[in-house]
Amino acid sequence: MSFGPFLLLALMEGMVTSAVLALAAVGLSLVFGIMRVVNVAHGEFFMLGAVSAWFVSQWVPGPPAVAFAAALVLCPLFVGAIAALADMTVLKRLNYEPEATIVATIGLLYILQQAALSFYGPDARPVPAPFSFRVQLPWFGYSGYKMAVVLASALVLLGVWRLLAKSRVGLIMRATQYDRETARAFGINVDRVYAGVFALGGGLAALAAVLIVPIQQAHYLMGTEPLLLSFIVVIIGGLGSLRGTVIAALLIGLSDGVISTFFAPTLAKIVATLAVALVLVFRPQGLFGRRAL
Amino acid sequence: MLTLTGIDAGYGSVQVLRRLTLEARTGEVLCVMGRNGAGKSTMLKAIMGLVPASAGSIMLDGLDIIRLPAHEVPRHGVGYVPQGRRLFAELTVAENIEIGLMTRRRGQRTRDDVLSLFPRLRERLKQVSGTLSGGEQQMLAIARALCLEPKVLLLDEPTEGLQPSMIALIRDTVVALKSTGVATILVEQRVDAVLSVADRVAFMTGGTVAETVEAAGLTPTAPQFAAYVGV
Ligand SMILES: Nc1ncnc2c1ncn2[C@@H]1O[C@H](COP(=O)(O)OP(=O)(O)O)[C@@H](O)[C@H]1O
Ligand SMILES: [Mg+2]
Repeated sequence: MSFGPFLLLALMEGMVTSAVLALAAVGLSLVFGIMRVVNVAHGEFFMLGAVSAWFVSQWVPGPPAVAFAAALVLCPLFVGAIAALADMTVLKRLNYEPEATIVATIGLLYILQQAALSFYGPDARPVPAPFSFRVQLPWFGYSGYKMAVVLASALVLLGVWRLLAKSRVGLIMRATQYDRETARAFGINVDRVYAGVFALGGGLAALAAVLIVPIQQAHYLMGTEPLLLSFIVVIIGGLGSLRGTVIAALLIGLSDGVISTFFAPTLAKIVATLAVALVLVFRPQGLFGRRAL
Repeated sequence: MLTLTGIDAGYGSVQVLRRLTLEARTGEVLCVMGRNGAGKSTMLKAIMGLVPASAGSIMLDGLDIIRLPAHEVPRHGVGYVPQGRRLFAELTVAENIEIGLMTRRRGQRTRDDVLSLFPRLRERLKQVSGTLSGGEQQMLAIARALCLEPKVLLLDEPTEGLQPSMIALIRDTVVALKSTGVATILVEQRVDAVLSVADRVAFMTGGTVAETVEAAGLTPTAPQFAAYVGV
């Protein structure tokens, strides 16, 4: 294969990484932006999405597409419910103190990981893709499923943006973000908003995992890498900025695709980490973030 | 309309309000005066449920609202204009209004009524509220509270740092509300502003109401102003 098509392939692989990363990172960013909670357990919500998708693929009979569609709906709801429960029983009691919530979510990380090890076991297991056709390009054939992942992620991100910017629920979320005491004085049930936002964040991570699990197997330790990459993306894009998060996910995903293909996956991680360091030094609020007040 | 009886309240272990008793009547403006730190803002927050009260009762139209979760208090018709305005500064004027309307599910008619009180806001609906002038921000804070069609309106130093023309506009608004039967509690530090709108004046010191008097009996040289406000 000559250089041009090779680069195209690398970029397409990078788009798949970007798409999944953007979903996970937007979840992390929403939780930080609205609740000011740094959720260290975010990667475990991702892992739970993948692991629960495997269970759904075992339980739902019929063709893989049916089981996959079920997983796409059920797993984010399941993980969202766990997240809401964690918010109401733990984070709320800590009054959302920044240090306390970091420690608590580290605890949650280990609880969820050990729970997955107990109920799911130490094996990596595949989930069948809903369909397996290949799209034949002039230079190479490419997985139709991977293209569908990019499309699905774009649609969900558009939905999240519309929810935040155009809907009544989004208005309530933004008002709570800016001033939770005054929000209460105007009838906004802040506890419910927080539980909902934490559920939405966890649900987005789970959705990303369901999308990736036909490509990459489910494993109880799979949450670490998406957590680190989500943090990298959120820091580069600017904490709490949806647009910045998506652009940074594209940047990191595409450069990961290109560098991994032409050089080595390790180099791609080094470059991403270096980019974070540079951003932190020269533009601590991130590329699109506002300076902290 | 709104009666506070024997309220104790504060922040954590620090008690601010002590046995506070106060009554706001329908169609009346009750001004609250007192030195900085007397507990005026804390009293309004206690009414809103934003500061927990450890003793006493707050009766609104026969219902004790003291144990309600904070977000349910405004739904019973208490509009709040906080000290320093506390707009949702990154939201537009229209969005701030919308939040006010959502509180008690009020619609287009209420929105039109409120905006006709403040035509300058109608011209700036799409503007981000944090970029408004100080006076316009205060108008918006009042408009947002009026979107509840409140039975009781709490105003915490609304004229602080404003030009005379804006102060006059706010006074006219408060006076106009009286005829619609709203009970207004107005925290205000300026004697002339108080005397021009108040029906009664409550003087606070040390977290409690020391004295409540009819405004008709007060002159700018009344001893209460010297004693409780220091002017
Ligand atoms: N958030 C807070 N936490 C602790 N103490 C507070 C807080 N807000 C106000 N106070 C204290 O409560 C007292 C009354 O304050 P405040 O109600 O704001 O007085 P005023 O409005 O009459 O100037 C003051 O001593 C103030 O320091
Ligand atoms: Mg005050």
